[in-house]
Amino acid sequence: MSEIITQHRPSIIVQDVRKTFQIRHTHSLKEAFVSWVKRKKVGSTPFHALDEVSFTVAEGESVALLGYNGSGKSTLLKLVSGVLEPDSGRVLTRGRVAGLIEVGAGFHPDLSGRENVYLNAAILGMNKSEIDERFDDIVAFSEIGEFIDQEVKHYSSGMFLRLAFSVAIHVELDVLLVDEILSVGDAPFRQKCTEKIHELAQAGKTMLIVSHNMGMVQELCERGVVIRKGRKVFDGPIAEAVEAMNAK
Amino acid sequence: MTSGDLTGFVTPGRGRGILDVLGHGYLLRLLIRKGTATRYRNSVLGWTWSYVKPAAQFFIYYFVMGVVLQFHRDVENFAVYLFAGVVAINLFNEAFGNATSSIVDNRALVRKIYLPRELFPIASIIIAFIHFLPQVAILLLACILLGWTPTLLTVGAFLLGLLIVLMMSLGLGLFFGALNVRYRDAQNFVEIIRMLSTWASPVLYTIAMVQASLPEWAFRLYMLNPLTTSVELFHFAFWAPTTSAADYADTLAPSIGTDILTSVGIGVVLIVIGQLVFRRFERSFAQDL
Repeated sequence: MSEIITQHRPSIIVQDVRKTFQIRHTHSLKEAFVSWVKRKKVGSTPFHALDEVSFTVAEGESVALLGYNGSGKSTLLKLVSGVLEPDSGRVLTRGRVAGLIEVGAGFHPDLSGRENVYLNAAILGMNKSEIDERFDDIVAFSEIGEFIDQEVKHYSSGMFLRLAFSVAIHVELDVLLVDEILSVGDAPFRQKCTEKIHELAQAGKTMLIVSHNMGMVQELCERGVVIRKGRKVFDGPIAEAVEAMNAK
Repeated sequence: MTSGDLTGFVTPGRGRGILDVLGHGYLLRLLIRKGTATRYRNSVLGWTWSYVKPAAQFFIYYFVMGVVLQFHRDVENFAVYLFAGVVAINLFNEAFGNATSSIVDNRALVRKIYLPRELFPIASIIIAFIHFLPQVAILLLACILLGWTPTLLTVGAFLLGLLIVLMMSLGLGLFFGALNVRYRDAQNFVEIIRMLSTWASPVLYTIAMVQASLPEWAFRLYMLNPLTTSVELFHFAFWAPTTSAADYADTLAPSIGTDILTSVGIGVVLIVIGQLVFRRFERSFAQDL
């Protein structure tokens, strides 16, 4: 692994990152007072979602983030995408970062599919000419066909997700963050998505993937980082990472 | 691993504040189009509501202030006087209110995707401005029927008044919009400001009446309100030329020059404070929503 890291400059640097959330025990003055009288906890206790996590992802590398629910994987992905900021340590990225994270967040049900494609592609950082250029590909990939000019609220949930995913995957990017997204649609569409991600990996895009699907992760990534209770416990070849993850 | 060459690296999630909005012009346009296109979806009257609401407001004010309290005897063309002020305050209330709730309203996006969050309050202020235009059109129509013709001075006064309102909305909108994410109390506080704005500026009465009934220091304080200045400028732009006053500059308070400078100054300070607070709170938007 170290060979890859020295050969290419990193695209993502995560260094000594710590993220702490405050778990509040009371939500109003009255509650706080009652708790105080009953001698229960008042105020908040810190919860370390991530604790001193460090790793780098080299340009063109595909890395899987593995861990059980609540281990801090998604928080880590949000730190890399810039939605959250670390409390200490630092995160650095190079190039255009795009995320397949909860696709469809920017969709408006009252707008047509076409309008939503433009709006969401712009939200994900594309300009008009880039979207114009890819519009046909996006529609073709989503298999929406003539429904593209209908309001999105009339779409089935499968159609909605296909279009949302299609927009996200066609964004011009250097680094792709994937969060448990490949459970979209029916089997043929899932197959198509996995192929598309393969294609991007082959094109030298950097990837950071969160998934519970070990089969798919082993297929897509050469390296895995295992997170447990906010700490990095393993970083190495994917097969060993999957073992380390299951070993507990 | 820190010792390497870090050129080309950026820290995700750090923007340049409102300056970043300039680089996202296309997205801003689409957000504005979304806001205007979906506002009156599923309503039969649609954009007519943009006329009906201010009209209803205008008639009730005119009935109470003009007819019941007999202001239209003291103020020539009281209807135009009233409407010019109402239009200015409506723009402020709408822009400020929308900007305050813009981050919370867009929580789905703010929580999941990083983009300069200043886009949301700015888009909502521009949407408010677009809805302000039909009202100005009606006001203009009324003025033209009363013999109003544009001059450089009146158009300039209108633009200056507009600028002050927009600066106030942006500064306060950034401030309360950011605060509103963690403390929803902000929304209620903003409601109070919006309710007071009509009464704390010379919309329903004239400045001369305020001066006559307040001690000098209280009157100075009253005049510090930038909205007072912009309402005055709107009066000067639309109402004053329709009156029989020989020199309609007399309708302005004598301190108008310093009032304008003070108002613009307050606007700049509010934007700076709003932006600083916004940046401070922005870091925890995604976890507080």
